[in-house]
Amino acid sequence: MTVKPKHQRLILVVLAVAAVIGAVLLAMWGLQDRAAYFFTPSDIAAGKAQPDRAMRLGGMVVKGSLKRDPDGLTIRFTVSDTHAETPVVFRGIAPDLFKEGNGVVAEGRLDANGLFVADNILAKHDERYMPPQMAGEAAAK
Amino acid sequence: MIAEAGLAALWLAAALSALQLALSFGLGGEQGREMRAVRAVALAQGLLTLFAFGALIAVFLNSDMSVLLVAENSHSQKPWIYKFAGAWGNHEGSMLLWVAVLALAGAVVALFERRLDERTLGATLGAQAALALGFFAFLLFASNPFERLNPAPLDGRGLNPLLQDPGLAFHPPTLYLGYVGLSVAFSLAVGGLIQGNVGPALARAMRPWVLAAWILLTLGITAGSYWAYYELGWGGWWFWDPVENASLMPWLAATALLHSVNVLAARGGLRAWTMMLALVAFSMSMAGTFLVRSGILTSVHAFAVDPTRGTFILALLALYIGGALTLFAFRIADVKEGAPFELVSREGGLVANNLLLSVILGIVFLGTLYPLIAEALSGEKLSVGPPYFDSVAGPMALVLASLMMIAPQLRWRRDAAPILPRLAPGVLVALAVLVGTFILTPGIGLLPRLGLAIGGGLLPASLQPLIGRSLRRTPLATWGMAIAHFGVATAILGMASDSAFTREQLAAARPGETVEVGPWLVEFRSVSPVAGPNWTALEGELRASKGSGVTVLKPQSRFFPSPPTTTNEAAIDTSWNGQLYAVLGEQDGQGRWQLRLWWKPFVTLIWLGGILIGLGGALALVGRMARERRQRIRGEEAFA
Repeated sequence: MTVKPKHQRLILVVLAVAAVIGAVLLAMWGLQDRAAYFFTPSDIAAGKAQPDRAMRLGGMVVKGSLKRDPDGLTIRFTVSDTHAETPVVFRGIAPDLFKEGNGVVAEGRLDANGLFVADNILAKHDERYMPPQMAGEAAAK
Repeated sequence: MIAEAGLAALWLAAALSALQLALSFGLGGEQGREMRAVRAVALAQGLLTLFAFGALIAVFLNSDMSVLLVAENSHSQKPWIYKFAGAWGNHEGSMLLWVAVLALAGAVVALFERRLDERTLGATLGAQAALALGFFAFLLFASNPFERLNPAPLDGRGLNPLLQDPGLAFHPPTLYLGYVGLSVAFSLAVGGLIQGNVGPALARAMRPWVLAAWILLTLGITAGSYWAYYELGWGGWWFWDPVENASLMPWLAATALLHSVNVLAARGGLRAWTMMLALVAFSMSMAGTFLVRSGILTSVHAFAVDPTRGTFILALLALYIGGALTLFAFRIADVKEGAPFELVSREGGLVANNLLLSVILGIVFLGTLYPLIAEALSGEKLSVGPPYFDSVAGPMALVLASLMMIAPQLRWRRDAAPILPRLAPGVLVALAVLVGTFILTPGIGLLPRLGLAIGGGLLPASLQPLIGRSLRRTPLATWGMAIAHFGVATAILGMASDSAFTREQLAAARPGETVEVGPWLVEFRSVSPVAGPNWTALEGELRASKGSGVTVLKPQSRFFPSPPTTTNEAAIDTSWNGQLYAVLGEQDGQGRWQLRLWWKPFVTLIWLGGILIGLGGALALVGRMARERRQRIRGEEAFA
């Protein structure tokens, strides 16, 4: 079937609109359960975070809280936003700028006991860099 | 002195862009006179901007610490290559590079474009001048690269050590050339829409720019991916970081445009759609710049956290994109209908390609901006990462790759011949691979498995358009298409192999101990201090063996005194079938060192694929330009 030019344009427009709507629906579906929410220790203390769901935790590494397990690979530390604290465990090589007293963003899940199990600690590229979420918190004080 | 000269050149160039905009409004009256004036103005503007960029490089090479930008981003004790490349390793310098490319592209169009009628060319150059004017204003009022610092400090703060890599000399300029090359496609679309002249001639003028920009974007993204892979020491090659997405989005739009502009040039079809894509492609470049430069998103690249600049670029963005879309809406009804075609035809395949690429673009765009939208609407802070992009964009990319097995073999306009025989080689190979993976490696994920199958099937299918032709007489553009599609198959295989077969080992080891990763036995020999030009490091020595083959890896943990930073330098051993990747971590209290090892089978295919795609594009570009030149010469001979 040869399509008339007038109809052809209509078909193209309909296809394009369908594609855009498809993309939006697909994206919304993906975003529903795949976006990681950003929480602070205060949010967790207030019970806003559900356990066992991908999320990010941001705050400062409490001085003196960093401990290393005997396996040499697992580290435990506490993240604080001055109002509340959350214990974190991480197995792996922490990024270069990860230090006590520095800001940190950890990706992972909260277990049933309130321990944050991090799969990843986000590297900060330089000492001036601060995630906007943290900068907002700092500015609010 | 040099800094002042550079600044003066910038102001002059900005004034010239305003003049060019004014001149191009009055074009088309007296034959040729204004056109000559516009050509001269565009050329002078390009050269002045280039001079300003040269001046910036000069102050960086001289380590002139009285220039604020140099003091903040450079250091006199730095290897010269990083002083040079450091000129664009910061906000102001990279924006100057951006504007320089924009102005030069305008000059090249003004000097060499001969396919278009004068009115359309005039309107195009007016649009290009309007773009340049806005970005000149942004540079001069919101990010002056030549600002002086009084008193001058004794030395500078230094360049972020992660950027101190040969990658910096190559990756940003390539990407910027690609981003800004798309500005010409944008201006041509605006010019064509203003003059109501949207047709094959416009498409032929647009095609080399789209192709060149797309090649550079492809190579820039490939290089950036490899740079992040070896420099960041995370073993990953793509992080779906907003800044990476900012380069991927124009690439996706340019890929779609590249295919549709061919339909317009060859068959006169898809007129409105091609114009839309040309507007969208450069809009994505500008949006990418906005995302990167405003530091609005949580990003490891966000080094310019400055709301004034963000607002300024946002206003420019709204002006240009909004203006172009308004123009499109008003003028598109006047664009003539294209030639008709059937659903099963080359045009039909290209429409499907465009729709799928647009869907992927939409998915990436929404995912990248969703955190902003969510925070504005509900105040919730969230991030969208690999789980979303992989699971939503990944399958769409595979659908696109499946389509690539057949679409390039279809005829223009209508194709009544049976499809199945032509589809058979690709489908048979894909099925064989699929069955093979189920038998050999039943445990891998669905997406990598499909990636291996479809990538494998696309390898032979991508070469089919060459079969049955005299290879010597096949146009270079067809060769280019086959090679680029073969490159896509190669890259997909690399990505699938990396996610299916990568082995990772994390260990705390004392010197003398052995760690196993995949087929490798890695002996941890020692750690010793070493010194570089502007850093000191602890260097581990690892002796990796697999069967009889032995290789030595030396991962480092480097310390840079200015600014004080530690970075990990991964050690990578490349063999024909993959890479062994080693990172040295910290020492614990008991003499053990953290070691992180990866064995990544065929990961190199990812970047090899990227290079093949770029190479295919380059062949097509050379072939098209040579053919046009021949035709022009023949035309001139016939005229004489």
